[in-house]
Amino acid sequence: MEKVLMKGNEAIGEAAVQAGCRFFFGYPITPQTELPEYMARRLPEVGGCFLQAESEIGAINMVYGAASCGERVMTSSSGPGISLKQEGISYLAGAELPCVIVNIMRGGPGLGNIGAAQADYLQAVKGGGHGDYRLLVLAPASVQELYDLTITAFDLADTYRNPVMILGDGILGQMMEPVVFRPAAEIKKPAGEKEWAVTGRKGGRPARLISSLHIVPENLEKHVNKLMEKYRRIEEKEKRWEEYHTADAEVLLVAYGTSARIAKGAVDRLRREGLAVGLFRPITLWPFPAAELAAVAENCRQVLVVEMSAGQMVEDVRLALGGKLPVHFYGRTGGMLPDLNYLVQLVRELIKGGGGGE
Amino acid sequence: MLHEIIIAGFGGQGVLSMGQLMAHAGMMEGRHVAWIPSYGPEMRGGTANCGVTISDSPISCPVVTNPTCAIVLNNPSLVKFAPLVKPGGLLLVDGTLVDEKSERTDITAYYIPASQIADELGNARIANIVLLGAFITLTGALQPESVLAALKKVLPERRHHLIPLNEKALQAGVDYIRRVVAQC
Repeated sequence: MEKVLMKGNEAIGEAAVQAGCRFFFGYPITPQTELPEYMARRLPEVGGCFLQAESEIGAINMVYGAASCGERVMTSSSGPGISLKQEGISYLAGAELPCVIVNIMRGGPGLGNIGAAQADYLQAVKGGGHGDYRLLVLAPASVQELYDLTITAFDLADTYRNPVMILGDGILGQMMEPVVFRPAAEIKKPAGEKEWAVTGRKGGRPARLISSLHIVPENLEKHVNKLMEKYRRIEEKEKRWEEYHTADAEVLLVAYGTSARIAKGAVDRLRREGLAVGLFRPITLWPFPAAELAAVAENCRQVLVVEMSAGQMVEDVRLALGGKLPVHFYGRTGGMLPDLNYLVQLVRELIKGGGGGE
Repeated sequence: MLHEIIIAGFGGQGVLSMGQLMAHAGMMEGRHVAWIPSYGPEMRGGTANCGVTISDSPISCPVVTNPTCAIVLNNPSLVKFAPLVKPGGLLLVDGTLVDEKSERTDITAYYIPASQIADELGNARIANIVLLGAFITLTGALQPESVLAALKKVLPERRHHLIPLNEKALQAGVDYIRRVVAQC
């Protein structure tokens, strides 16, 4: 297959179009603006609708509308815009509407800056909006994976009637790498009308209602329990991760996204020095591959979590490992990247120290 | 081989597009490539840089920390990136625009009058391609044919009339290095 050199943001857009997404509602913000820009150009070519909303809040509610009608729909933003969308995301999860939400993370909190960051992890995987709900959260680490996982995201959204978030960062969005597209025949698309979609009562079929309002507490509890049952099924079936030189690793690095690429570079260098270092890369951040991480870490002596945040995923790593071995943390934040040389030196010292204490 | 390159200069000098051209050419040669731009709140006349990785094996880390080669087109970039070049690495400088010199003795530096050469070819803005010609001659990282083939893909149709000029600039960079090396 022919390779195409693309920016990460553009690869997400092309993947969405190929997956049958025909509606995109968004609002510009660096470092993800190439995605709406791409959709503005591409969607009219395939009879789709691109709309730059009056605000992020407008955009996410348009997603609610299109998803209610059974259409594949996407929105994207970066930190501050994703915060604005949280009310709508909670409504989408409550109403069980499939859609794909892209967050190309930048430095925060507040307006922060436009550098690459991973400090929206907790917002993405622990809630962000109100109420008992979960998003499936996918964390690509290359432009090819941005393409592949965007297609996967639409499938997962439809399979589980749930919003799916692609959690990328400024580097992934701006970076160019070669991408190989899948043949169209290999990309699944929903066949026919979704049986719950509001499409007009053609021929007097029974009415359908999309709503997240359950005014009677007994009913809402029942609804939430049904959601929890769905989330359990997702946890059973949809965990994804990558293991890199983990089999004999003494020190196990845990990282996702751009941090994982830097960690991989560190593993390569340390392996050339003969040091037993590996990488565990969660690809689904929710569901978090906790048991799988624990199994890999069983034969390791120490764990080092690398993030572009002040320490967020490290909480899930500690929960997964239950205090069985020391979990260290190296993070850069505010739009700064982990330093490869520093990371390599840090691991050398951990190995020299032998793994006692934090 | 693994080539990790940083290209840096002012916005408008073709720093980012030169990096994209290298990545395209590398991909067309069947190599693994990655390109990462600086995308700060840049403005016209501000500094710009990008990192390019060209490798025979899959690229673990596309973020360039210590380049095997730095190509710099202004003074601030020399100050910022010359110290980061890997020992034994390469520093290519547009000597027309940069009046400072690196004090490092563990790298090889070439001060190429790229803007002057480009000016003599009729367009000072093509200094980036002169430097690219020098780069591929010194490193063998890319074939000139694939750079020219990539140029046809990267440039929009309405700019294809500039291809002969680019070809001349690339050759001028190649020739300059061959002359310098012959004199050594």
